[in-house]
Amino acid sequence: MSKVEFNKETGPREVFCGLTSIVWLHRRMPDAFFLVVGSRTCAHLIQSAAGVMIFAEPRFGTAILEEKDLAGLADAHEELDRVVNELIARRPEIKTLFLVGSCPSEVIKLDLATVAEKLNKRFLGQVRFVNYSGSGIETTFTQGEDGALKALIPLMESSNEEKLLLVGTLANNVEDRFKKIFKNLGISNIESFPPRQSTELPKIGKNTKVLLTQPYLSDTVRDLKHRGCEIISAPFPLGIEGSTEWFLAAAKAFKINELKVHEIISPLISRAKLALESHKEILKGKRLFLLPESQLEISLARFLHNECEMDLVEVGTPYLNKDLMKEEINLLPDNTKIVEGQHVEKQLDRVRESNPDLVVCGMGLANPLEAEGISTKWSIEMVFSPIHGIDQAADLAGLFSKPLRRNQILTKKTLVTH
Amino acid sequence: MELTLWTYEGPPHVGAMRIASSMKDLHYVLHAPQGDTYADLLFTMIERRGQRPPVTYTTFQARDLGGDTAELVKKNIKEAVERFKPKTLLVGESCTAELIQDQPGALAKGMGFDMPIVNLELPAYSKKENWGASETFYQLTRTLLKEKVSSSEKISPLRWKKLGRRPKVNMLGPSLLGFRCRDDVIEIQRILSEQGIDTNVVAPLGASPDDIERLIDAEINICLYPEIAEASCEWLKRNFGMEYTNTIPIGIKNTIEFISEVHIKLDLPLTNKEELENKSKLPWYSKSVDSNYLTGKRVFIFGDGTHAIAAAKIAKEELGFEVVGLGTYSREMARQVRATAKELNVEALITNNYLEVEDAMKKAAPELVLGTQMERHSAKRLGIPCSVISTPMHVQDVPARYSPQMGWEGANVIFDDWVHPLMMGLEEHLIDMFKHDFEFVDGHQSHLGHTATNTKDILNSDEKEENNPKEDIIWTESGRAELTKVPFFVRGKVKTNTEKYAILRGIPEISDETLYDAKAYFS
Repeated sequence: MSKVEFNKETGPREVFCGLTSIVWLHRRMPDAFFLVVGSRTCAHLIQSAAGVMIFAEPRFGTAILEEKDLAGLADAHEELDRVVNELIARRPEIKTLFLVGSCPSEVIKLDLATVAEKLNKRFLGQVRFVNYSGSGIETTFTQGEDGALKALIPLMESSNEEKLLLVGTLANNVEDRFKKIFKNLGISNIESFPPRQSTELPKIGKNTKVLLTQPYLSDTVRDLKHRGCEIISAPFPLGIEGSTEWFLAAAKAFKINELKVHEIISPLISRAKLALESHKEILKGKRLFLLPESQLEISLARFLHNECEMDLVEVGTPYLNKDLMKEEINLLPDNTKIVEGQHVEKQLDRVRESNPDLVVCGMGLANPLEAEGISTKWSIEMVFSPIHGIDQAADLAGLFSKPLRRNQILTKKTLVTH
Repeated sequence: MELTLWTYEGPPHVGAMRIASSMKDLHYVLHAPQGDTYADLLFTMIERRGQRPPVTYTTFQARDLGGDTAELVKKNIKEAVERFKPKTLLVGESCTAELIQDQPGALAKGMGFDMPIVNLELPAYSKKENWGASETFYQLTRTLLKEKVSSSEKISPLRWKKLGRRPKVNMLGPSLLGFRCRDDVIEIQRILSEQGIDTNVVAPLGASPDDIERLIDAEINICLYPEIAEASCEWLKRNFGMEYTNTIPIGIKNTIEFISEVHIKLDLPLTNKEELENKSKLPWYSKSVDSNYLTGKRVFIFGDGTHAIAAAKIAKEELGFEVVGLGTYSREMARQVRATAKELNVEALITNNYLEVEDAMKKAAPELVLGTQMERHSAKRLGIPCSVISTPMHVQDVPARYSPQMGWEGANVIFDDWVHPLMMGLEEHLIDMFKHDFEFVDGHQSHLGHTATNTKDILNSDEKEENNPKEDIIWTESGRAELTKVPFFVRGKVKTNTEKYAILRGIPEISDETLYDAKAYFS
């Protein structure tokens, strides 16, 4: 392990809670509905984070707790039952209904597992119910996906068939690219989790080799291990380097010759390097400060330093699983400062002190920092854009070079005519 | 429990944030878990604010719940006070903290600070955003002024005469995330100034706690947005005798009435009443021949109480539209909206469910929708032009240009914003005249607001509805052919009316003749 500096910080945070991940999960599985059991705050959070006014009728909603639901839990369970019935009558096409716990439902100890169990019996063969918590008292942003996937694992049937299982939500086009490359490598049995339809859950067992596409799936990994799956240790497929190592690790697990991997991906690599050049020109030598939010920060830092030659001032992460991240941490330059957790005021003090060229942060902080003259990139964009894989390396770099390029355009006088 | 897919209003603590973020020298410590910070983006992204809202979130986690969350509250209050040095501190809790009952307000008061502390109790499981904003502004006003209550004489609206200066008024209610508040304030200030009336304090937008203490230097209060300011105005009236205005200056008639009301309250002679009609272009634009085609346009209105009522009045009396639907999501304003609806002979729709609104919109078959951003989307799906008149805010509702809703310029803005989505009059005549020309086949049409254009779609659009008697009715070849000749923007209405007519008359098959019979019947 390289000599990375680990720090922990506690205090007021400026991050999304796990409910936010519903925004991409519901798009991944169009036959599923996400019902948050929570407050008006939860409903407002999801619609604000997603800007959901564009949907006719979204596949997520909130059962908003009211005064009378707080008085007696028995009544609350009954009420939830009523809301679920109403919802299923409205949306008969729904195949899986996620009951999503929130801060208030956790605090009043609403037992969603029992509710889900009862509903499963009643709607047997029609709708499946699973429950998990996306509450802010337990989860940050992407951890919501971890909870949702973990909740699906008990529904996955067992099979000893040898397969490669890609775990973590990917953009569909990226997923297709990956599958094509793996097929070219000679791995034919490839499945994804979460699948594109909630009812098409992959079967798993001791010959399932899990390759993570996202770094925030600690609990899911643990449960997959319990089911006998083999977890392939690799960095994450962000950038050329991460993706190459990721393909190599998969190939090794399937006893595929390393040379074959290089043979197949080297044209991709040269193409990607070429595409990366113009972005590197802008990013090279620029100082980067990552505030914690998506848990992608460490992989992004590795990519932006190793492939785009940015200097890392500080790498924040809301949560650090050193075991899951060890391959990534190994690739970081010496003396990288990783800060787990957050005290947003103190962290912003450090941002101002170090005066970085680019800050990766949440939407609440971006404009205030811009107003102070510091360029920013919203972290939420990383979870909505197709950024994985060798072919996307330049697009990923582009997300960071764009704000800097824009700054250059706006501050320079380029036209001489009046 | 209420199944909610989308909500017009946020929780009450977001209302409190609107007050805190609107003001200066104020800090709000909010006992809340992580995630609740999402509300910051409403201000930094939608309003494009270059400052963070002055809010510290205590960020308690599950593991803190077994321990001492009260200590965590105190630690955050202490840090916030040291760092931000506010002149007044607001302390409150979001939905989850309300359940663990740490009473952060009481804790703060026991910490020995010498600044005023406002303890906000905003019931998150029964109240909503606007109520929270109103309550916060009221509690703040009360806290900062209560000590002056007994020592002050009742404030006479005529005091300015004795003091030998121009009359002074406060403008209460404008806040961040309120609809066009930024520009309304400038417009109304300008109008009053022209009449020889000075503005003492605008609050909460741009005010500091010191300004709140100065509220009683004015003679009367202008209650610009009752949703936010009425409770405070009422308290100031009860305790200081300060009168406040009831008229909302949106539209020409209401602006003139507002100016009159202010003059009467202050006992100031209104000398230029005749001039006032000419201050805006709306009356002439509405009168000019091109606007003839606006007559009787069917308009559906939904929004916050204040803007919905004002829109109904302008639509009916200043533009000559027919109001075919009126509603609001503000339960606090339900009584007033019902009263207006009654006058207009429509049933008021009071709901927080946008799907119900869309349904009512569909049934009313309007030619124009005035609503929130959500109604804009619903109207788009139905192929009806729409203009946005109310919160909830969207980044488009914070335009770069000066764009008030109130006063003279507000009326100009309203004329343009409502009329442009409709086709211009001349254009409509031309389309009518040349509707059989090839240019006007489906697909060649105004780019504004029309999407449901395909005849097949129109014919099929209702088929999904169950128990629909229309399913028994058959459109014959000739009927279908004639329907396609009807201009796209009225085709839906013609179809519905013809079917209604057919049912009424027990006609099983609709031919081209039925279309004409129905047209005659309904005209």
